[in-house]
Amino acid sequence: MTRSRNLKIASVAAFLAIVFIAVPAAISASGRIDLYYTLTSVALLSIASAGVWLTFYIGRINIGQGAYALAGGYVSAILVMNHGWSFWLTLPVAGLFCAAASVLIGLPILRLRGVYFAMVTLTLTEVARLLALALPITNGAKGIVSIPLPGALSVFGLTIIPDFATLQNSRLAFYLLAVTLMVVCFGVMYRLVHSRIGKLCQSLQQNEELASSIGVNIAYLRVIAYAVSSFFGGVAGAIFAAISQSIYPSSFTVTDSVNFMLNCFLGGLGYVFGPMLGTLVLYFGWDLLFQTGELQLLIYSGLMIVLMLVLPNGLLSLAASTRRKA
Amino acid sequence: MAEMLEVSGLSKRFGGLVAVNNVSFSVREKEILSVIGPNGAGKSTLFKLISSFLRPTSGEVRLKGERISGLAPHIAARKGVVRTFQETTIFKNMSVRENVIIAHHLRSKASLAGFFLGTGTARADEAAFGQSADEILALLGLASLADETARNLPHGHLRALGIAIGLATNPSILLLDEPFAGMNHEETMRMVAMVRRLRDLGLTILLVEHDMPAVMKISDRIVVLNFGQKIAEGTPSEIQADEKVIEAYLGSEDEVIGL
Repeated sequence: MTRSRNLKIASVAAFLAIVFIAVPAAISASGRIDLYYTLTSVALLSIASAGVWLTFYIGRINIGQGAYALAGGYVSAILVMNHGWSFWLTLPVAGLFCAAASVLIGLPILRLRGVYFAMVTLTLTEVARLLALALPITNGAKGIVSIPLPGALSVFGLTIIPDFATLQNSRLAFYLLAVTLMVVCFGVMYRLVHSRIGKLCQSLQQNEELASSIGVNIAYLRVIAYAVSSFFGGVAGAIFAAISQSIYPSSFTVTDSVNFMLNCFLGGLGYVFGPMLGTLVLYFGWDLLFQTGELQLLIYSGLMIVLMLVLPNGLLSLAASTRRKA
Repeated sequence: MAEMLEVSGLSKRFGGLVAVNNVSFSVREKEILSVIGPNGAGKSTLFKLISSFLRPTSGEVRLKGERISGLAPHIAARKGVVRTFQETTIFKNMSVRENVIIAHHLRSKASLAGFFLGTGTARADEAAFGQSADEILALLGLASLADETARNLPHGHLRALGIAIGLATNPSILLLDEPFAGMNHEETMRMVAMVRRLRDLGLTILLVEHDMPAVMKISDRIVVLNFGQKIAEGTPSEIQADEKVIEAYLGSEDEVIGL
């Protein structure tokens, strides 16, 4: 018991050391500053994917996370540009906005299961894009551009985060921000899944009728899980808008929604850290295949199919099975 | 004896079909009442109406005087009416013990946030649930299978697990949906003994069943449905002598009614 606990603490410490110390050190040594942007994207995409993973955990295939990422990006951008809010305040607001929207949307659609829920959420991404095109406040196809970099964050006169515009290396700052949020997000997910709430979610996934017969308020629990999921999507979208200093209707599309889902599949639906690994592998895998030119998509799709056939429970099931053998 | 559950004037229509037609009866505290009837008599519909899985067209169900029909199933469960399922409905990817522990959900004193934060109340809940689950598993003879994944259980034990899940919710009345279906004689007799033991422990039980010999053996009283209507109510010996019942089962009465 204590040994596995020690092992857990050691692996968390090792992970934190890698993302906060080793990676920045390696990047500055090698001079590949562009990797910051790549890894920041991976961190943010993994946050959005974690949300999708949570909806998988209650037995729903969610292909609508792009909608919430887009909404989060716009909420943050509009509040910063039109109302002069600090980016740091817009970050939780974007998340909460998406969570609230997902409650309204989720109440009716979470009654659907399987392919029906998947189709509705897929449509949701497209609806979000069309809304962004049509609404006056989102400025149509031109989008919102020249969003200022995040300013300083001070609490009681104490500057916790410096103004990003004054930093020599804002890429590092964004990287640290994204990775910090990723760590928090996966910490929350781990705790959720390993508490009774995780078991309740599993009970929904395995048999909703039985769950309600033992007194579980399945409608409430579904909406809560979906709201948490959408909160993650909104936060990730808001930071993306801040990094690229712009947001367009096409910033998050159906392809992104599908990718969030694939990240979860690839990493493993049974493992909290599945979406993190899945995002990393998928993002770099896609980039590595860039040299194959026009065959890129073909090879990529073929590999995905093979991986799903060979490893239906995701990459992390490999680690789990070797541990069992040992 | 006090009345635990009261069904009054209960009807359910599906379009032009009247599946349950103005059915009234009551279940007394600590008795085993069985609802029987030929195929298509409306037993399953009645069962779903009582457990609030269906909303009645008219009439109502009361538990200790409080209306419980037409609510959501989880609210009916909270009020103390808990059902088991005909099929082997369990959380198949959890262990047997986990199945029973999760079914203690209703007894939680801690909130969801409390469980997330791991407060003292939540930890006390977890400990109490674990202990209670072990007692229930021992009672139903599942203790040795506690760590088995539920999907791997043999048929008879799955049924017992279904009952264990129901018991974990601490119901006022437990509704058993065809508890003997698909069982051989020996398994049936074991299940009969188990259900009786539950009654002796103070539980009120309503069951819907096909297996006549088992019903005759187990029931304190029996309600007979035919074409959605109640045609008889009484003790097993009264039911066996009832002409309407014999007529409903015409042709095979000797065998089926177990005379």
